[in-house]
Amino acid sequence: MREDPARGRFVLLAPERVFDTNPTAVEVLRRCDGERTFAAIVDDLATAFNADRMRVAADAAALLGELATKRMVEL
Amino acid sequence: MRPPPPIGLLAELTHRCPLRCPYCSNPVDLARRSAELDTDTWRRVFREAADLGILHVHLSGGEPTARADIVELTRAATEAGLYTNLITSGVGLKQDRLEALATAGLDHLQLSVQDVLETEADRVAGRRGAHAENRSVAGWTVAAGLPLTINAVIHRGNIGRIEAIIDEAVALGARRIEIAHAQYYGWGLLNRAALLPEREETLLARTVVERAQARLEGAIVIDYVAPDQFARHPKPCMSGWGRRFIVVTPTGRALPCHAAESIPSLEFWTVRDRSLGDIWERSPAFAAFRGTEWMREPCASCPRKEVDFGGCRCQAHALTGDASNTDPACIWSPGRDAIRSAPPAHRRKQVVYRKYGQARQSPVNRR
Repeated sequence: MREDPARGRFVLLAPERVFDTNPTAVEVLRRCDGERTFAAIVDDLATAFNADRMRVAADAAALLGELATKRMVEL
Repeated sequence: MRPPPPIGLLAELTHRCPLRCPYCSNPVDLARRSAELDTDTWRRVFREAADLGILHVHLSGGEPTARADIVELTRAATEAGLYTNLITSGVGLKQDRLEALATAGLDHLQLSVQDVLETEADRVAGRRGAHAENRSVAGWTVAAGLPLTINAVIHRGNIGRIEAIIDEAVALGARRIEIAHAQYYGWGLLNRAALLPEREETLLARTVVERAQARLEGAIVIDYVAPDQFARHPKPCMSGWGRRFIVVTPTGRALPCHAAESIPSLEFWTVRDRSLGDIWERSPAFAAFRGTEWMREPCASCPRKEVDFGGCRCQAHALTGDASNTDPACIWSPGRDAIRSAPPAHRRKQVVYRKYGQARQSPVNRR
């Protein structure tokens, strides 16, 4: 994931692919550093945005599951 | 009016290549090492590309690792902020050099394979041992933690083994595979008669790929580049002329598509004299077929004109003699018949292997 200053957004890049991201996806993907567990990422998000933990977990799982199917992230 | 910024740069670093594949889309008149851009010019081009809004750079060729400065160039592109994709056959690439590329920040490696059968792969590549070297590089790429795409160009000789090629890509650890029917430009056009598969084989190929896509979902992404010969509509070539991509050739000419030099009426600017931004906005070659103003019928009044942008200009030129015509891959093209029956100059069954000095003897694709 990187910034696309010419178009004022963050994008997820793979060869031949540019995925536009929404602000939620940016927050989730920023925390995926290969070190933190899924639970730790969800805890951090729930705290940072004062959101329901179950809801955050469901949204993050859906996003990461979809990206894993596209082989964009490794779970 | 300023055109929206491009997203991709295809950097053809060199035409030199240890392989001699007859389907190569490089021009028949190959550029020599002495005519190639130097390291500093490419560094500047990468910075200009990032400033222009380009996100991806595809380091290609020829064989890009034939450049002695490939690690430096990769680092320069990464430091400019570009997503770097190395498009290679892997032949001649050693493990320590691959690891240096990964350290330099390479984001992705795309490895071209000829076949699953070693003898066939080496025969098409025109080099004994190519298949074995290529598979070693696949292993080192995955071991270095780099995402790997396998690319297989499909032609008469390997179309019956698409499923095996896909299964091998999974076994090699690739995340993605491109099953791409040969595009007939450059050497591919010269060898078209010998490479074109039969109609039944071509139709079956799609079914084979769709079955594999369903079976392997989540294990590997399978991208399919459909053949033009039996399509209803053309592909949106380069996602539209001068709309998303810039190609820079080994000698520095900036092209709207990698085969654009085959259209003799176009005037190309070079990165030796101009910035990439200047070329993108003002060069005659990029303006020539940008948008829809240049179109004739049946494209001009077609509801698909913003979907496929009239298809491929180079194919229209090669097969109908005029680059402004509708791509003959379209069912509505008056030149439709040309897509299945090659013009007489290309009607040879004996393949011509890629080599320097061929252009003098060849009727097609002079620059």
